[in-house]
Amino acid sequence: MTTAPSVPAPDAAVARRPGSVRLLWLLVVVAALVALMAASVVVGSRDVGWSDVVAALGGSSDTIGQAAATKRIPRTLLAVVVGAALGLSGAVMQGVTRNPLADPGVLGINMGASLAVVVGIAWFGLFSATAIVWTAIVGAAGAAVFVYAVGSLGRGGATPLKLALAGTATSAALVSFITAIALPRGDIAESVQSWEIGGVGGATFDAIGTVLPFLLVGFAVSLLSARSLNSLALGDELAAGLGERVVLARGTAALGSVLLCGAATAVAGPIGFVGLVVPHLCRLLVGVDHRWLLPFSAIAGGCLLTASDIVGRIVARPSELDVGIVTALIGAPFFISIVRRQKVREL
Amino acid sequence: MTAVAAPRPATVDAVARGRTRRAARRRLVVAVLAVLVVAAFAASLMIGQTFYPPGDVLRVVLGQDVPGASFTVGRLRLPRAVLAVVAGLSFGLAGVTFQTMLRNPLASPDVIGITSGASAAAAFAIVFLGWSGTAVSVTAIVAALGVAVLMYTLAFTDGVAGTRLILIGIGIAAMSKSITSYVLSKAGAWDFAEALRWLTGSLNGTTWGATVPALLALVVLGPLLLVLTRDLSGLQLGDDTASALGIRVERTRITAIVGAVGLLAFATAACGPIAFVSFLAGPIAARIVGPNGSLLVPAALVGALLVLVADLVGQFALGTRFPVGVVTGVLGAPYLIYLIVRTNRAGGSL
Repeated sequence: MTTAPSVPAPDAAVARRPGSVRLLWLLVVVAALVALMAASVVVGSRDVGWSDVVAALGGSSDTIGQAAATKRIPRTLLAVVVGAALGLSGAVMQGVTRNPLADPGVLGINMGASLAVVVGIAWFGLFSATAIVWTAIVGAAGAAVFVYAVGSLGRGGATPLKLALAGTATSAALVSFITAIALPRGDIAESVQSWEIGGVGGATFDAIGTVLPFLLVGFAVSLLSARSLNSLALGDELAAGLGERVVLARGTAALGSVLLCGAATAVAGPIGFVGLVVPHLCRLLVGVDHRWLLPFSAIAGGCLLTASDIVGRIVARPSELDVGIVTALIGAPFFISIVRRQKVREL
Repeated sequence: MTAVAAPRPATVDAVARGRTRRAARRRLVVAVLAVLVVAAFAASLMIGQTFYPPGDVLRVVLGQDVPGASFTVGRLRLPRAVLAVVAGLSFGLAGVTFQTMLRNPLASPDVIGITSGASAAAAFAIVFLGWSGTAVSVTAIVAALGVAVLMYTLAFTDGVAGTRLILIGIGIAAMSKSITSYVLSKAGAWDFAEALRWLTGSLNGTTWGATVPALLALVVLGPLLLVLTRDLSGLQLGDDTASALGIRVERTRITAIVGAVGLLAFATAACGPIAFVSFLAGPIAARIVGPNGSLLVPAALVGALLVLVADLVGQFALGTRFPVGVVTGVLGAPYLIYLIVRTNRAGGSL
């Protein structure tokens, strides 16, 4: 505990939570995800009956209801995939930095991906979907390295306060640059809003297909690093003593996490706070063992983003609210409560 | 100051000389800054689509009728330039008040969410309630005070720790910004230029109607903060020392918060949260003035200069017309990062 002060303390009961309880929670979360996916297809500015949904799944789009369902099915899938990516990415990031406030949104990494894409579109005439994903990943990696480097200078290393400040400042800078680049370009200024606030509204199967390979690699790398994250949680010295190659393990895990949030941003824009909220909730359910925590965070991330998307569609009827706004409204109070729980010394 | 009856030792003279020298430097800096602000103000009246010579501008300002110039300078450029000065002074003054009071250069109201709270409320009042003018300013000030109180309450667990206050402020800022985005998205047609006013701040389309409330607020609240100068410097020594010096700590703090938040809210209601001005003005002023004397007046002048120059740059130096907030944002964010890097290097615990 003294070596890993930032991660919520693994009290004995939580750490030794029996497998059956975890399995039960797993079933609950999966059931919730299925229910939310169904709701996401049915609920919206126009509610759709089940017969229409079934017909739309069969490829028919004759009635308005069927057409709506045809649009909502890829949107739901995208929300699940992006949410899972962000939830998992946040869990890995919190493990790698041993920092309870780590999140691709808070640390400005999503904004880095956004800026890279906007630069690519505005200056290099980028338009192929694959190129955009690659650009976003490079931008995310750049921002991650930069923020971590700035935040970990000096005594005490990367404390939550320093990382959060570095991330906020970087985000603010990146947003200013995005605006400055997009403003003179009337042709792209319209679409630039989607690079400042994330949303899943314009989902297509093509977009999901483009980004899926990247996400799968990211999922694989992240999930495989669960064991080394467990060792890293004990502190660098102890992890090295256990035979872990600390730098390699940390680098691999970080790479997986950056792949996930970069690719997610490429397809849905910058969405904050999912990666912050989800791992904290999952730790309450299944404890701190990353072999359970990581897959749980992925599933719960899918749940949270799908739910946020549904909320965004309900509260702003007949128009809708970008999911990035909803997650910030839900996530920021959560961020504050985490800050309040920490002891000052640990910030 | 030091009442010494006996022949004064040499060190006392040295200290006295140093004090006089630093005071002289401070006066010089303030004078130079004031001249620069006036020059930038004059420049922003003269420069534009058509250039008007100083003579014409002066005659318009004095109320004479000059064909062409009366409309362009009197109706378009003058309210804009006046608002630039007023907003700059307000943001600078409020920013340095918070930084001094919380003893942390990062605790400026735009980093910790007070400005964005005011902006969210102003956007809400305009879009949802269809209000304008003073009602918007009042909504902004109520919201900004509410945010300040909320933050203070949330950060209070046996004493307010600066670090916790800043982090909670970051959370509140994120929330206010997303509320602003929500309001703007509900406004129907997403007018990018109008949206930018409430996201980063802009002086485009300024009228006297927007400028006058901010000006009045500055006239009332500015002197209030300046009166507090000495007590605020006392607070920097810590609450215990300050009260030992005869400063009423709580009263000073509450007056300063109300004054600073009021300035911010009125300025924000007029031109949006011009990014990073209240954050930048204090540290820049400290750099120029050196470690002596209060920073309130120099920081206010630096704020005004920043807004005026950034607005000129945004309008004319680049191919496109950028709102002033985009320019200050691009300038300010690297400085914030530099500040974090420097503080981290020095081993300070921020």
